[in-house]
Amino acid sequence: MTPTEMRAAAPDRPRARPLLRRFVESRNGLGFLFMLPAAVFLICFLTYPLGLGVWLGFTDTTIGRPGVFVGLENYAWLFDDPVFLLAVFNTVLYTTVASVLKFALGLWLALILNERLPFKTFFRAIVLLPWVVPTVLSALAFWWIYDSQFSIISHVLMNWGWIDAPINFLGDPGAARASVIAANVWRGIPFVAISLLAGLQTIPQSLNEAAVLDGATAWQRFTKITLPLLTPIIAVVMTFSVLFTFTDFQLIYVLTRGGPVNATHLMATLSFQRAIPGGQLGEGAAIAVAMIPFLLAAILFSFFGLQRRKWQQGGQD
Amino acid sequence: MTSSSDPVLRDDSEGMEQFNTLPRRILVVYLPLTVFVFVLLFPFYWMAITAVKPNNQLTNYDEYSPFWVIGPTLEHIRYLLFETSYPGWLWNTLLVSVASTIISLACSVFAAYAIERIRFTGARVTGLMIFLAYLVPPSILFIPLAFIVFQVGIFDSRLALILTYPTFLIPFCTWLLMGYFRSIPFELEESALVDGATRWQILTKVVLPLAVPGLISAGIFAFTLSWNEFIYALTFISSSENKTVPVGVLTELVRGDIYEWGALMAGALFGSLPVVILYSFFVDYYVSSMTGAVKE
Repeated sequence: MTPTEMRAAAPDRPRARPLLRRFVESRNGLGFLFMLPAAVFLICFLTYPLGLGVWLGFTDTTIGRPGVFVGLENYAWLFDDPVFLLAVFNTVLYTTVASVLKFALGLWLALILNERLPFKTFFRAIVLLPWVVPTVLSALAFWWIYDSQFSIISHVLMNWGWIDAPINFLGDPGAARASVIAANVWRGIPFVAISLLAGLQTIPQSLNEAAVLDGATAWQRFTKITLPLLTPIIAVVMTFSVLFTFTDFQLIYVLTRGGPVNATHLMATLSFQRAIPGGQLGEGAAIAVAMIPFLLAAILFSFFGLQRRKWQQGGQD
Repeated sequence: MTSSSDPVLRDDSEGMEQFNTLPRRILVVYLPLTVFVFVLLFPFYWMAITAVKPNNQLTNYDEYSPFWVIGPTLEHIRYLLFETSYPGWLWNTLLVSVASTIISLACSVFAAYAIERIRFTGARVTGLMIFLAYLVPPSILFIPLAFIVFQVGIFDSRLALILTYPTFLIPFCTWLLMGYFRSIPFELEESALVDGATRWQILTKVVLPLAVPGLISAGIFAFTLSWNEFIYALTFISSSENKTVPVGVLTELVRGDIYEWGALMAGALFGSLPVVILYSFFVDYYVSSMTGAVKE
């Protein structure tokens, strides 16, 4: 990873020692040696595939046939493809709605858990469960909860007399979108809540007490003390949340596989469908690469948001 | 809010709660908390109750209450364990998770120590790149990785997963361990250096023993991440005997139009239990690794 380990070979010691030994004993040589295992893994299975993915996006590779360079043909084709455009729209919609809900509900839950509660650690532990359990397996439970005939939600609502017929959760485009978003929010709330709770616990209570003595209302304390002090951690948490939501694959793959009529196809699921069952590796890679600008935007947004806040608070870096 | 019943502000007060009356606390704290906990836990309850329901009660909501079970059965679990490849999938998942966690931890310890303490030229940039690597999602990498895995000739083998999971585990573990190493005082290492210890001795005898909580956090988290991994396992594995639990349950237990919900939910339950048990023993480590990764 660092080309500078060559500097280590400079003959700066009077006694001539074997080159290898001097290399290992120098700061950069040892650093290089320690970085080597991780670097080998990451270069072979992360950096190289990332580059290869970009390259594949410019080729017409299919499974079993090496492709040739076709320039921007994949992208030109995709931008005329209504299914791809729908997937982009779905992804943005899914990410936006789910992230906003996760943030609002997660912050609410964090504020509740920050109160003085009996069995606080117990509540904190069970609240995190949805995030610990494998997504695919909890999505299976949601699949059963969303069953078109035997959904428990439909059953309860029918018993209460709110609806007359079972809701077709995953069969109707609008309902399917709402259902997958609900399942994603369910899984995402714990992460947001517990991370924000950690942030809340770093806010000194003396600030709140001082504000109360000055006559601040609860809402004023929330907007003038809690939120500003929480902003740096909100920026990071939401960046992660947006990243994970934007590239979500498992939930959709289990619940709808992109259906009905592609209403829930995300870019990740479309990329998988075109590349692996469909065999069009080049096209699938192009769809995956098309996600990168969105992800970069999210990262930069958080990075700069974070920096500004740190600097405002008189921190370093 | 300020209807103060207790005028004495104690020093050990946990904030403003003493100003709240009980009815207000019920409305603002306990009621929402109950709803949150109910919604967050209901799918697990539903999973568990379905797994032990006899088939005739499973969809007969009129004669049997859907929320309870009369005469629970182990039939679904017996079917799962003895008539499907489920035990094999569990074993595969365990093997892959343990192996990739160990590999990642080993690589991460060295990398984090080098970045944080050896401070070679470019250590800061390397640290930043590690963080960026953590942000690269598997959804972007799986196609080229499938290509590579196929060319290397490890397609449809557990080795393919053991070698590719570290791509998301190493950046995470390194990032986490960097934070832990940073918290170990420099003076300890300096005094060891003065006493003539080598770098290797410092790492194994001074730094690592002090970083054990960090190692546990990173290890548990890495294990959970690889246990939960889905897209690589789905893409790289095709034969039933090499599948992991999430992939196996989804692709082999779901067939045709008749879903065997009992067996499916039993499969989901048993696939979740190992991580849940591990998590319940190490909640604090888990939480600290999650929030630690976010905070830095």
